[in-house]
Amino acid sequence: MSTSVVRTRRDTLGTSALRPDGGAKVQGSFAFSSDVWADNMLWGATLRSPHPYARIISIDTSEAIKIAGVETVLTAEDVPGKLTYGLIDSDQPVFASGVVRYMGEPVAAVAADHPETCRRALAAIRVEYEVLEPHVNPEDSISGSVPPIHPNGNLLRHQRIVCGDTSVTGPVMVECEYEIGMQDQAFLGLEAALAIPDSDGGGLEMIVATQWLHEDRKQIALCLGLPEENIRLTLGGVGGAFGAREDISLQVHASLLALRTGRPIKMQYSREESFFGHVHRHPAKIWVRHHASNDGMILKIEARMVFDGGAYASTSAAVLINAVTHIQGPYRCANAIVDGFAARTNNPPCGAMRGFGVVQACFAHESQMDKLAQACGLSPVEIRLRNAMRTGDRLITGQPVESVAPVERCIRETDAIALPPQMTSSPHELSLPGGSGRTADRSHIVRGIGWGVSIKNLMYSETFDDYATARCRLDNGVVTLKFATSEVGQGFVTLAPQIARSVLGVDTVIVDPMDTTIGSAGSTSASRQTWMSGGAVDGACRLVRERLFEHVAQQHNLDPLQLEIDDTDIIDTRGTLRISVSKASAGVAFEETFEHHHRPTEDLDENGQGNCHVAFAFVAHRAVVDVDTELGLVKVVQIATAQDVGRALNPLSVLGQIEGGIAQGLGLAVMEEILMVNGIVKNPSFTDYLLPTALDAPDVVAILIEEPDPQAPLGAKGVGEPPCISVTPAIAAAIRDATGRAITRVPVRPSDICL
Amino acid sequence: MSETQIYSLRVNGKLREVTDAWLGESLLYVLRERLGLPGSKGACEQGECGSCTVVMDGAAVCSCLVLAASAVGADITTIEGLTDGALTDVQQAFIDEGAVQCGFCTPGLIVAVHHLLDNTPKPSEMEVKEALSGNICRCTGYGRIFAAVTRVIDQRAQQ
Repeated sequence: MSTSVVRTRRDTLGTSALRPDGGAKVQGSFAFSSDVWADNMLWGATLRSPHPYARIISIDTSEAIKIAGVETVLTAEDVPGKLTYGLIDSDQPVFASGVVRYMGEPVAAVAADHPETCRRALAAIRVEYEVLEPHVNPEDSISGSVPPIHPNGNLLRHQRIVCGDTSVTGPVMVECEYEIGMQDQAFLGLEAALAIPDSDGGGLEMIVATQWLHEDRKQIALCLGLPEENIRLTLGGVGGAFGAREDISLQVHASLLALRTGRPIKMQYSREESFFGHVHRHPAKIWVRHHASNDGMILKIEARMVFDGGAYASTSAAVLINAVTHIQGPYRCANAIVDGFAARTNNPPCGAMRGFGVVQACFAHESQMDKLAQACGLSPVEIRLRNAMRTGDRLITGQPVESVAPVERCIRETDAIALPPQMTSSPHELSLPGGSGRTADRSHIVRGIGWGVSIKNLMYSETFDDYATARCRLDNGVVTLKFATSEVGQGFVTLAPQIARSVLGVDTVIVDPMDTTIGSAGSTSASRQTWMSGGAVDGACRLVRERLFEHVAQQHNLDPLQLEIDDTDIIDTRGTLRISVSKASAGVAFEETFEHHHRPTEDLDENGQGNCHVAFAFVAHRAVVDVDTELGLVKVVQIATAQDVGRALNPLSVLGQIEGGIAQGLGLAVMEEILMVNGIVKNPSFTDYLLPTALDAPDVVAILIEEPDPQAPLGAKGVGEPPCISVTPAIAAAIRDATGRAITRVPVRPSDICL
Repeated sequence: MSETQIYSLRVNGKLREVTDAWLGESLLYVLRERLGLPGSKGACEQGECGSCTVVMDGAAVCSCLVLAASAVGADITTIEGLTDGALTDVQQAFIDEGAVQCGFCTPGLIVAVHHLLDNTPKPSEMEVKEALSGNICRCTGYGRIFAAVTRVIDQRAQQ
């Protein structure tokens, strides 16, 4: 509650413009994808495997279809097109056929007149399974000691990085194995879609909550065996995403049910189904050894990183590359040898979640930095300052960091933030560890302080051209913008009009519905939309501005190059002309479309060398925690942070991303974990999977480091992921500081503190 | 389905007839799917997240945990019934302070904040946090939500 936000008159770039959808959202009239419906609609539902690994002997749907109100039951035999989908490798069956490979894998789907009829129909489907011993240890995938559970094998990817002189050793060596648990994105707006079939059965319309409309459309079309243009997707209101809406969930099932029944199908997951219906953050084990000089300079990093990808590939290959290429953290390091593995197991599939592989790497490298500091007799701040990366330094992949890299400044400005007051002699009971449980005893509470600093790549890597498209139309002084960018809550619908106002000097900007009638915007992920879709909107607006200037120049016999926008006017920089944009554009209309592509990237070679990333952002976090050392409970008191944002295009939105990301990083540090026993998920509910509440939220003091990045179209870096990355190790370090315990895994459990 | 019944619910001051409804339907389902009031949201079905918060006979309840047919005779207020159109001070403050991101938790939070301030006009910081701890927000980290509530408390104190 400590950071204030200043407003200015026009909602241009740099102002804290307010959300255009805010009014509808506070009144409950904003249509989320779960709020849409159609006449004559049916409900769809999915039958899922109760076993992590089993052979399907038989599926008998005959009793289910007899139930009054049930319209159809579908299984793998009913998929007309491609039988699998997937973001990078198409290895996940639409419906399991012959074998199920994780608990919750879809086996069949029904359409019926009521959700309760669906539930009864699912219960009436008889599936005979031969239960098999699940393969749940990623090490077995690496060693090859268990038979493949999938035709593509058990190893999803191996990547090695060999950098510099690997024979180098240092007088100081610290090493440890770290473990990161499986986190869930836990967006609030559950998966939901409405699929409306065309009357001729040759295509459909879908309103869906997703991160990437065009990728969904591609995968749906393949599975349906229909041309992409026959599938039209519109973004329904999205209740958060955080990576969990990048993969297909119910899209193909709803489409199949709609085409089979010829009626609109609404599908909507329950919370329990949602835990099984989307990918999670990879659990990982990371061994690292740092070699350093006596004065704390890092000489070499050795690491072995094992990521459990679960049953299907999803984005594991890309997550792994992020992990191995970020294991050095935001620090200079000339020599490294790193081996990374993404393994297939019978655990739930893992893929994208905010931070995408870097969260896991960061917990390891930041824990190591504290070990190194201790070994060299330096403070956590000093060890980080000495090694802090600067623009031009090379990563262990050989890639030079061309992005602005204000690592040192992030650390120093965070360090300068005032610490919170010491606990009073009679603190409010809810502010203590354990909170409303009222278990804390003041005498057992110890305060600790910890640090975390991180580097995060922005946009997609390894030669992927994740371009974004936008169209701008200026008509009688009113701008209409069109793009397919998924608004998932981050505020692109606020930012895009800000861009148009700044570039074109207009005030009224309409954002058309996001759908597939325009080119792809890429995914709302990888902290990329401000850069990519922002760049596309900026580009389209600039093209329109050129047309407008030509029009005005012709009318006034001027050179268009001497015109520019001043507030809401066009002015002649060499003369006296001043005409408002609304007047200048009266009676004319200009429309332009622009595709923004980021600079090309390279693949990594067999030694992990190559310029595989586009750009980087940095952030520092300092955590202050109170720990009840007897009960092992933690209260995060304050998070101080200075984040490299390039340029704050909307400071209020940036602050929202920072505070929200910190809460998710706090969740991973001390609360959130999907618990599994031999492939069985034990806590798929909000009763058992704990999320930070208002009482868990720390005070956040945030500083925005604004050093505009010349490579970024608007000078702004993505701000979505960095807040949730180094806050987790900072909290873990603070717990170490308070307790003296090793704390080598997150989330930190009471038993890690007090047993 | 066979287990159906006709009953009436008093929602936002109006008596609304519910016909042909399965008796197992929650109040949340009936509000959303039968009475055209989708403002209340479902996100956990367990009373953990507060997205479905409505006020029932003066108490803030999770409508996902109330059987609709058991709410006969109760006075129910949903997000749609807070005003006749103009934004309330709480709604305006949520917009102005950036307390809305994806917005899925927002209706439940708005109802919960109104309920809090109706019953405790000048809550302390901890009273606010405790009252809202049953409403999970995954986007904001709560900072801007606290700022919005603080703004309303200050505004009302000055009136």
